[in-house]
Amino acid sequence: MGKTLTAALRSAIVMALLFALLLGLIYPLVLTGFGQMLFPAQANGSLVVEQGRVIGSTVVGQAFVSERYFRSRPSAAGKGYDGLASSGSNLGPTSAALAERVRADLASYRTSPGSLVPPDLVTASASGLDPDLSPEAAFYQVPRIARVRSLPEPRVRALVEANVRRPLLGEPHVNLLALNRALDRLGPAG
Amino acid sequence: MTAQGWILILVFVAILLALTRPVGAWLFALYEGRRTPLHALLGPVERAYYRAAGIDPAKEQGWRAYAVHMLIFNVALLVLTYAVLRAQALLPLNPQGFGGLSPDLAFNTAVSFTTNTNWQSYGGESTLSNLSQMFGLTIHNFLSAATGIALAFAMFRGFARKETKTVGNFYADATRITLYLLLPVCIVYALVLIACGVPQTLDGAIDVTTLEGARQTLALGPVASQEAIKMLGTNGGGFFNANSAHPFENPSAFTNLLQMLSIFVLGFGLTSAFGRAVGDRRQGWAILAAMVLLFLAGTTVAYWQEAAGNPVLHQLGLPGANMEGKEVRFGAAASALFAVVTTAASCGAVNAMHDSFTALGGLVPLFNMQLGEVVIGGVGAGIYGFLLFAILAVFVAGLMVGRTPEYVGKKIEAREVKLAVLAIAVLPLVILGFTALASVTAAGLAGPLNKGAHGFSEILYAFTSAVANNGSAFAGLTANTPFYNGLLGVAMWVGRFFIIVPMLAIAGSLAAKKGVPAGPGSLPTTGPLWVGLLIGIILILGGLTFLPGLALGPIADHLAMIRGQTF
Repeated sequence: MGKTLTAALRSAIVMALLFALLLGLIYPLVLTGFGQMLFPAQANGSLVVEQGRVIGSTVVGQAFVSERYFRSRPSAAGKGYDGLASSGSNLGPTSAALAERVRADLASYRTSPGSLVPPDLVTASASGLDPDLSPEAAFYQVPRIARVRSLPEPRVRALVEANVRRPLLGEPHVNLLALNRALDRLGPAG
Repeated sequence: MTAQGWILILVFVAILLALTRPVGAWLFALYEGRRTPLHALLGPVERAYYRAAGIDPAKEQGWRAYAVHMLIFNVALLVLTYAVLRAQALLPLNPQGFGGLSPDLAFNTAVSFTTNTNWQSYGGESTLSNLSQMFGLTIHNFLSAATGIALAFAMFRGFARKETKTVGNFYADATRITLYLLLPVCIVYALVLIACGVPQTLDGAIDVTTLEGARQTLALGPVASQEAIKMLGTNGGGFFNANSAHPFENPSAFTNLLQMLSIFVLGFGLTSAFGRAVGDRRQGWAILAAMVLLFLAGTTVAYWQEAAGNPVLHQLGLPGANMEGKEVRFGAAASALFAVVTTAASCGAVNAMHDSFTALGGLVPLFNMQLGEVVIGGVGAGIYGFLLFAILAVFVAGLMVGRTPEYVGKKIEAREVKLAVLAIAVLPLVILGFTALASVTAAGLAGPLNKGAHGFSEILYAFTSAVANNGSAFAGLTANTPFYNGLLGVAMWVGRFFIIVPMLAIAGSLAAKKGVPAGPGSLPTTGPLWVGLLIGIILILGGLTFLPGLALGPIADHLAMIRGQTF
């Protein structure tokens, strides 16, 4: 019995180490090699570079809090859009804290008492790094953007429309970084 | 609910049904140890591994030997990962210079990944080095999945073989599943993920100056290689804290669909492999039919509730779907579908925060796990768990109508039924016992983030997820404490191996039996009557056991929610 057990232990340890080598080192390193060779942009985070500076990633969201930009959703990642601390709020449906937060955000957005705010605009995403808004949430902000930037509303509305993506079997959405960069390029009225 | 949401759900199921036969055929070839086209490439690796470890793959094992080898192998992996996590600070590939994990966190994490649970008490991007992710965790994603499928093969052999003492060779099964199925699929799958925007680099993080001029640091790493096997092996342990909700893990509707498909595909295929193994493919389809019906029922409830939204927020003047804890690119449909898939299949990856689901939308994932993760289920674990229920179902049917309890040509006797009950009893004992303990101790009550009934749901969900080896969470619970790390670690271990050992004993006992040809006295186990009976047994067992707990948690929460009461 002692002998069989020793043999069984040896088999287990050798197999564990060999598999760890194959699956824990060779597999991810080979994939890193192929990924870097075939799809270098995506493999390194789909970064957006402007004038030599990295200004974000097309995939991951960043905070937009200023009046001049289409605002991003509330975020529970760290102090907001923290790329090292992805998280949702984890507040449940009967949470008083959730109701309070939504009430305050609604008040800051609402332009008139009757206007209906799209739900994604005042709810925190699952990751805290949501890169998108629903088209409704973007359109909702058009009047404010037009006013602050002194642009005609139809132009801003057309810009949003041009940035709406409607993937097959997916939800329509607007990538905020792309939209806000396009907004900056739109320039002054005229 | 929208037409588009339902189209997604139906397309999803249709793709899986189309994949069931080919995947089943491939699994069956591995079950039989037949040569596949991949042997030309990887055969030398397989043989070299056996030679180095002194294993004779042709030497068959009885159920006890099979269990012992499986356990020793898994303990060896557990120790390896515990050591890597503890020593993280001293090891290479640690660009962010993270320190070693505390003993309770390292224990919890090592158990978590060994048992295919992948409960995360840690936040990946803020705790683990690239080496820990790859060498400590990714290996378990493969090998716990391979272990699960190997065990399912042993159970299949119990039904398929007649008057033999053996149920297969553990190392041969696990090695073939890894080399000829999991690894090659993951290489292709991970490359597709990279092309879609999932990072794969050895760099740790990158600094960004945002459009508004703020600083943001984005965590990066070898994400895609872990993501692929995390889904295919129904592991669910994310590279990042937010798991498949994180845009780097799951950047688009397309990757989301791929991820959901890859959670279910092997579970669907295994039902077909079972049918082939017992020589009657209709047996596999009957099991799959029961699973898919339960799955669609759960999906309908969850999607309906999430699309209907939260009355508390409606009262504030925010109508529409419940978007708290959801990503815009997934919306209500793909979030609810993912939640049901991941909890039906013992995966535990999440693309939305279940804690923020509506009360009944969150009840569905919870109840899925409490049914024993047999609705498709984890790779291997789903089908062997389901077969335990099939044994109970023929037994109950035998009592009701006086038929001889038989299943796929094997007489089911007292020993098998006792062992099946023993395995199934683990779930309520540990879930309810530990939840009760946490609900009356200061250390347990310190955990929940939410107040009221929802706080209790968080505790119940945690222990359910651990015992069922799921790994998803009502993540508001602060679980990274010695109390929860320890208790959840024990729950995961018991939930995995205390079910496996009686299950293997059943396999051994069945393999030794003579075959009994189906006669006029046997209950047919293929038609709608049988499917209904299976569903009934699963729901009654799960319902009776857990309804009181659910009433205290999500159901009370729902009643408060529709009245607009907050805590």
